[in-house]
Amino acid sequence: MIGLRKEKTLLDLRGVTRVFRTGLYLGAAFRAVDDVSFCVREKTCEIIAGESGSGKSTLAKMVLGILKPSAGEVLYKGRNIFRLRGGERKEFKREVQPVFQDPFETFNPFRKVTDYLEATALNFGMAKSRREAIRLIDDRLQRIGMDPHDVHGKFPHEFSGGQLQRLSIARALMANPRLLVADEPVSMVDASVRVDILALFVELMVGSNMSVIYITHDLSTAYYLGVQTNAEIIIMYRGECVEKGSVEEVLINPLHPYSEMLLDALPEPNPQRKWTSRARLPSLTLKEFRKNGCKFAERCQRAAQICFEKRPPLSYVDNRAVRCWVVEEKVLKEGHHEA
Amino acid sequence: MGRIIELRNVSAYYKIGRDLYVRAVDGVSFSVEEGEILGIAGESGCGKTTLIKVCTASINPPLTMAGGNVFYCVEGKRIDLLALSEEEVRRLRWEFFTLVPQAAMNSLNPVKKIGAIFSETLRACTKSTNKGRIKEIVHEVLDSLGLPSEVLGMYPCQLSGGMKQRIVVALATVTTPKVIFCDEPTTGLDLVTQKGILQFLQEKARATNSTLILVSHDIGIQAQVTDILAIAYAGKIVEIGPTEEIFAKPLHPYTIKLISSLPVIGDRSSKAGLAGTPPSLVRPPQGCRFHPRCVLAEDICEREEPPLIEVRSNHYVACFKSGEVER
Repeated sequence: MIGLRKEKTLLDLRGVTRVFRTGLYLGAAFRAVDDVSFCVREKTCEIIAGESGSGKSTLAKMVLGILKPSAGEVLYKGRNIFRLRGGERKEFKREVQPVFQDPFETFNPFRKVTDYLEATALNFGMAKSRREAIRLIDDRLQRIGMDPHDVHGKFPHEFSGGQLQRLSIARALMANPRLLVADEPVSMVDASVRVDILALFVELMVGSNMSVIYITHDLSTAYYLGVQTNAEIIIMYRGECVEKGSVEEVLINPLHPYSEMLLDALPEPNPQRKWTSRARLPSLTLKEFRKNGCKFAERCQRAAQICFEKRPPLSYVDNRAVRCWVVEEKVLKEGHHEA
Repeated sequence: MGRIIELRNVSAYYKIGRDLYVRAVDGVSFSVEEGEILGIAGESGCGKTTLIKVCTASINPPLTMAGGNVFYCVEGKRIDLLALSEEEVRRLRWEFFTLVPQAAMNSLNPVKKIGAIFSETLRACTKSTNKGRIKEIVHEVLDSLGLPSEVLGMYPCQLSGGMKQRIVVALATVTTPKVIFCDEPTTGLDLVTQKGILQFLQEKARATNSTLILVSHDIGIQAQVTDILAIAYAGKIVEIGPTEEIFAKPLHPYTIKLISSLPVIGDRSSKAGLAGTPPSLVRPPQGCRFHPRCVLAEDICEREEPPLIEVRSNHYVACFKSGEVER
């Protein structure tokens, strides 16, 4: 049983931490990512949601093997990705592909889009000749729902943002990846085509046997993709995972006060359901990263003394993990009742 | 109450070559009542920012006016904004209108302390030179935006993006102008900061009976904040009306798609996006600019340009097929 489960796990992050230093000499250290663990199994979707400064992009870089964690490990198919050598490393680089936020930066403006796709195919050894590469390109373009005739011979500026983002997904597909790491892939795309790009991820997961890590600040797209893929969501705050669970549960019935605050501040596109509470504007600085207690304590309306002193552990409630003293104490209390 | 801004058939083009223009704003007319919160929504490249440039008389090459007028109503007098001299516009700025530009956090002078920026702005336009009163006003604004007064002694680079943005918003409201233009005032900010800034602007506008013109691509923000909503597409206003009505009963096929394609938490249905791509504004399509992407398009839509017509009270739409939509 355990063996079977292990086979299905594609990516496994164990207590991954990354410390950055600011200042020149003996600068203050802060944890951009602090003790984050999750695992991505085959054909599943993992969503990482958080606002600017939550460490989500740093996390993405570590998953892609671009940035080394200060502590903890990133396992791909059971092997530490920073210890891979030669062919294994090449295979990892091929199988785990990024999709970036800004499609206009993904492509060289002076190069035809298909030339770039071709180079990708040749670099990863997916095709041996140009002819083979072109056949592969046409296949991938069809998979992302674009007509090859509309793409060949064109430069990046001849496409809209949505089309370019599709093409950058096609670029990733050239390598036959097992895992796509998509960091804000729809935030630069017009709202009216976002759902189509998200639908493409769903299609690829099913049709091409792929897993997706979707990193976003936008909870509504997280929900949309999440319910269609039965995804797990991680809410990040100041480098920590504060809540983890199924998208439906976390976004409909959040347990962590931070998740609750985020959902409350979301501008719903419905004038019948306007904001009812006032925003509590944060005046936070870097020091939040270095707090001893809960990093959210100062903005939290439910904070108690302990929240400022001790870091809350991850408490497990049903299928959910929450890093909050209020929740932890509730769990303990209820646990005692049962006993 | 009364009209405070009126745009009449405004066209503004970017010159990109000999006889080659990007028609970013093309024949736009609408008016704004005093104290109203007007939203302008639309996707990238639809001319929202250009429209604000025209409304604030900051028309610099390659942007050129191709026609039309912008009228301001200043103290009961109707003024043709684009006929004013630079000096006259400068006098209106800060006192009559202010602008929170796009990526406003980068618009602060980096070598001046925040306090100096405030006093400079206030000195340039307030009638009262009473130092104590000025200080009071500044502290009031900072306080309602959740900024500690220590920021006055700081340089912009010492503040986070969200705080700088709040400073710019504070500056735009501290002179109690009649009209505040905001171009994507919260894009790129955290949800909570965004909500705080928008609530502040909304309250400020209500309290001082100022008019707020809010350009944002984010339909959620428009739903939360505005009274009247204008939908822009390819350099045109395709629909304008009371925000609640636009959401409850949108009339233009583009508006309908724009609203229905938005993911909403709690809504498990799968949605379809808008097919096709926005048209080139250098050679916009004949007839209705939306017709190549419109599911309802007919011959007439390809030949003729639909005028913006009042279909319901105060609700205008530019579509030949809106009658069908309504049924």
